[in-house]
Amino acid sequence: MNSFDYVRPATIAEAITAAAEPGAAYLAAGTNLLDLMKGGVTRPNRLVDVTRLPGLDRIERLPDGGIRIGALVRNADLAHDRDFARSYPAIAEALLSGASAQLRNAATVGGNLLQRTRCGYFYDVASACNKREPGAGCDALKGENRLHAVLGWSEACIAIHPSDFCVPLVALDAVVEIEGRTGRREVTVEALHHLPGDTPERETALESGDLIVALRLPAEAGMFSAHARYLKVRERTSFAFAVVSAAAALRIEEGTIRHARLALGGVAAKPWRARSAEEILAGSNPSAPAFRRAAEAALADAKPSGDNRFKIELAQRILVRALTLAAAGTPERVLALPASPFSSIPGALHA
Amino acid sequence: MNVSISLTVNGVRRDVALEDPRVTLLDLLRERLDLTGTKKGCDRGQCGACTVLVDGRRINSCLALAVSCDGAEILTIEGVARGDKLHPVQAAFIAHDGFQCGFCTPGQILSAIGLIQEGQAGDDPERIREGMSGNLCRCGAYSGITEAVLDAQKSLAETNRRQAA
Repeated sequence: MNSFDYVRPATIAEAITAAAEPGAAYLAAGTNLLDLMKGGVTRPNRLVDVTRLPGLDRIERLPDGGIRIGALVRNADLAHDRDFARSYPAIAEALLSGASAQLRNAATVGGNLLQRTRCGYFYDVASACNKREPGAGCDALKGENRLHAVLGWSEACIAIHPSDFCVPLVALDAVVEIEGRTGRREVTVEALHHLPGDTPERETALESGDLIVALRLPAEAGMFSAHARYLKVRERTSFAFAVVSAAAALRIEEGTIRHARLALGGVAAKPWRARSAEEILAGSNPSAPAFRRAAEAALADAKPSGDNRFKIELAQRILVRALTLAAAGTPERVLALPASPFSSIPGALHA
Repeated sequence: MNVSISLTVNGVRRDVALEDPRVTLLDLLRERLDLTGTKKGCDRGQCGACTVLVDGRRINSCLALAVSCDGAEILTIEGVARGDKLHPVQAAFIAHDGFQCGFCTPGQILSAIGLIQEGQAGDDPERIREGMSGNLCRCGAYSGITEAVLDAQKSLAETNRRQAA
């Protein structure tokens, strides 16, 4: 790990000033950042510890029916907040399907939004990576790439975004509140993450010194609670990143889908909102053919970036399954194996 | 860059001067405070051998900077027994063969104590396995670990009931 200065600002304004210097990075729990620093993947010369900033660890109901989550709320605390989990069950399920209990106890909401890709070539400093070193090339293109992107990728970068949490957030129109050098502004989570294009090193809409202070869900996001699921295929049932995942949230009235919200994880450099699929579902009956049509629309533009054609069909099947489970109704409580496709099979056993 | 921090480790206040902020909580415990019960496995948050409680929550001490834990209360494996009396989770691990080589065991035990305090798993073995998935055991003592956690949870609940009565 390179050496760095450590500062612990007392106010948001001090934090922004300290972090606006070149080479500075914010430190919250550090569960992703320290790992990257140990590998020499990122080498900040100053860490600005934001964990003591006051007022960023609260979950507040807003007068308009929405909810505001401070950036320092821990993943586990948010997932286990009863009121939150009841209103946004797919988000709670996504949180609980990510990482391990230890990491969820530490990791923060703001940090989760900014976690970096798990592409092995990004992590391996001996490999070429345009994201780590602009212009260096991309060793993933001709390398081990069965888990890489099938949507929105470019010749410069085929990495995927690893977050589970962000997938239902994008589906439910979550908004990020940012404090920066020029004051406060907001962007949707969908607009926070960028596709690679020619500049894969520019991963988010954040500018130097910008600090995510809160995440907000609009009132409408709470209206899907009766039919909302997150489903995630991974290479082992727990403590693994998604191969493909899907968040599905439906508003069903008198047997007809009025509104549908869908997003995919593990397929692109950002959580992938599937609006064309949502449009197909609105006004349809919740049925297998409608789900399949929606899934096909969601992946219509997909193309393999390497040895990963299977992910296109897999993503469609996961979408159909997530929609089927969402239509059947949100379980009373997040299942023992959160987001596992096996949880819904009676008698399935995992040791 | 020098930084001074103070921690409460297993009930004892420790003031430490660090000449470098790169020191993780894990390395602080092992290298500076001679508490080598907490193990360094992967050092990347993937194996759980370094699990300790920080302010009552189980975390991976390899992914926490010591300086960031300034003021925190830390519980490590050295602090869970009361003198010669084992913690109920320790006793249950012995009773149920919850280990073979023992390297992952301090992390398993701290993780189990954290899991029981979190109160989310109940007596569902599937929820316990899921809740313990951040602790790898290369010997594969998982079935004993699950039984030990179930048993320890029961005996801790019984103790709490008796104390409340």
